[in-house]
Amino acid sequence: MSGNEHSSGASLKIIGGRLLNGHGGETENRALLVRNGRIAGEGAAAVNADADQTYNAEGCVIAPGFVDLCCNLREPGNGQKGNIVSETRAAARGGFTTVCASPETSPVNDSRAVTHLIRDGAATNSPVRVFPVGAVTRGLEGEMLSDMEGLSAAGCVALGNGSRGVRNARILRRCMAYAQTFGLTVMFRPENQSLAADGYAHDGLVTARLGLLGIPEVAETASVMEMLLLAEETGVRLHLSQLSCGRSVEMIADARSRGIAVTADVAMHQLVFTEDALAGFDSRFHLRPPLRSEADRKALIAGVREGVIDAIVSQHLPHDSAAKQAPLPATEPGLSSVESVLSLGLMLVQRGELKLVELVRGLTTGPASVIGRTATISNNDVADLCVFDPAAYWTADRHSLISAGCHAPVLNQPLPGVVRLTLVEGQAAWAGA
Amino acid sequence: MTANAASPNHLQLTRDGQLRHFLTLDGLGRDLLTDILDTADSFIEVGERTIKKVPLLRGRTVVNLFFESSTRTRSTFELAAKRLSADVLNLDISTSATSKGESLSDTLLNLEAMASDMFVVRHAQSGAPHFIAESVTPGVAIINAGDGRHAHPTQAMLDMLTIRQHKGAFEGLKVAIVGDILHSRVARSQIRALNELGADQIRVIGPGTLLPNDVESLGCTVEYDMTRGMKDLDVVIMLRLQKERMEGALLPSEREFYRLYGLSQEKLALAHPECIVMHPGPINRGVEIESAVADGPQSVILNQVTNGIAIRMAVMSMAMGGQIAERQQKLTEQTERGLA
Repeated sequence: MSGNEHSSGASLKIIGGRLLNGHGGETENRALLVRNGRIAGEGAAAVNADADQTYNAEGCVIAPGFVDLCCNLREPGNGQKGNIVSETRAAARGGFTTVCASPETSPVNDSRAVTHLIRDGAATNSPVRVFPVGAVTRGLEGEMLSDMEGLSAAGCVALGNGSRGVRNARILRRCMAYAQTFGLTVMFRPENQSLAADGYAHDGLVTARLGLLGIPEVAETASVMEMLLLAEETGVRLHLSQLSCGRSVEMIADARSRGIAVTADVAMHQLVFTEDALAGFDSRFHLRPPLRSEADRKALIAGVREGVIDAIVSQHLPHDSAAKQAPLPATEPGLSSVESVLSLGLMLVQRGELKLVELVRGLTTGPASVIGRTATISNNDVADLCVFDPAAYWTADRHSLISAGCHAPVLNQPLPGVVRLTLVEGQAAWAGA
Repeated sequence: MTANAASPNHLQLTRDGQLRHFLTLDGLGRDLLTDILDTADSFIEVGERTIKKVPLLRGRTVVNLFFESSTRTRSTFELAAKRLSADVLNLDISTSATSKGESLSDTLLNLEAMASDMFVVRHAQSGAPHFIAESVTPGVAIINAGDGRHAHPTQAMLDMLTIRQHKGAFEGLKVAIVGDILHSRVARSQIRALNELGADQIRVIGPGTLLPNDVESLGCTVEYDMTRGMKDLDVVIMLRLQKERMEGALLPSEREFYRLYGLSQEKLALAHPECIVMHPGPINRGVEIESAVADGPQSVILNQVTNGIAIRMAVMSMAMGGQIAERQQKLTEQTERGLA
């Protein structure tokens, strides 16, 4: 197709490049035919097919569209930090075709009305699929159960408590027991809040030197252990989100070997950065959970490679500039990361720390299975695709980023991996240069 | 991967290695620290004159920005600036703008509009002076007068000056820092300075609840038992214990703390007979130190205060000098570019 621009034509033929599925199997792409939003043929069968448009993907990888289990769109209620229009376009640029929207909005997504509001907003304004995650307790207060079944019926793919957790173990146990009744998945970021207290950085070498308030590893691991035991007892399907500690990976592997239905994810930045990122008081790397030691980073990568960690998430949390413009302890945690996930992953691939197929699995089949969906490229599958050039470079800066937040993990330096085309149900959600 | 954050050196030194801000002792080499001590020595004489002034900062405006209240540190900074002939403005921000909801960035913009040359910053949050140094207009020097639990570099340097006056050199010295290391910006800066200047042994002594995780990584050894830790010491530095430590369940009682970690005459007798006793002040008599020790012949606590003025004069004049040198260098480069 001349100039590679893609509109909503009924059929599209992608030629060239390599096809890569998360479950393995990398093949040369002779031709991939997309018709009426679905994969209508590949290889020899598609080479001679007529299509309205042809896209030349030479040099690119054609992967299933990425699925993000943890993304903050900031709408409703936080317009100064982001909105559905800006953040879903940013996600499409990052190669994502599906994002799970955090319940931490204002008002909190603890009712069918808010779920509908998010879904309606996305239907009109989002180029990618938006699946809300509902609040497991009312107002995320951790005190009363939300209408979980109703939220699920309204379209929530899982239930969680955002960054606030459920402090009271008795209520946590009831959340799980109630969700289990209806076969719902609960999604928690493990953090014992009394151990985390007022901390904002990994309790380790850098906090010792800079005098920062630490969050000890046991704040996460004690919570992981508690949740695994409660999941074992209640039989709920548990997803542990945004891990930061190597020990958590060990405990999850052990629980799985005992047959507990637990899945897990890690934010991409946890695989790339460590506590050292805070050495110059860089408020961008004020994150929750905090970046931990090099040993933790290595163990998290091993967890992804071995499949103990199912999914890699963006943990996209955009902020207005004022939220980060203060002394580190006074800033808000979070990175504007959804546009950089693929690039950070490719950095790991370049360094030989992760294989490309493991990266793609962590961004496609892994997360999709957590929410009961599939993400593959084969005949008759829905055409959610990401076409990226792993050898091309781009630079994230204030002007190039689409997200309303400009605190990307790597700024003003060339990053590997440019998403050329993101297709959602055969339609271009993103078509870059 | 290390993030693309500015290292402290990048921020506080000029291209040719002169001070332009004074934020932390991290990354400053032995030569520069010795320079600061030597410069301070030369200012001690100024304090002994009838007319206690030198014109190094004449016509310059120094703003004492204290977001956390302090009497001793602020007054010694004020005296130091005045002895250098600067105009001094004291702003007690803890009770002014920020309590009306103004952000730190906005406060700074307003102060810069007053054309100041130097901010002396005390702040309750670790890293605040770094943040200010990164945000102010070039040409304004930032001096850290204590930030959160992070650093108190002028205090550590005045302690080093005091040690050097009494012990001559740092090589071979055995030094202990006793008490609440966890919350102490002073201890962090002292450990750094002592390591850089070549002290032989640096021990930190206190209960596990008042020591940071991985404290040994700072370059010190841990001793829980003070009677063992006092052995052969040349210098013992006591830290102030805040009353609120009891409330956070970090300590059972003042009485137990004093019994185990308070510096009494009996415990001091375990050290080298010429061991000096230091304390950054203000002291809690009967909590971390016995009065007889604080006022005794081995105590150099009041020398520390006197040395504080000289050290602050040294650091202020050196940072101002670095800023001026840098500005001149830029002007020369611009002129050269203009001519070419």
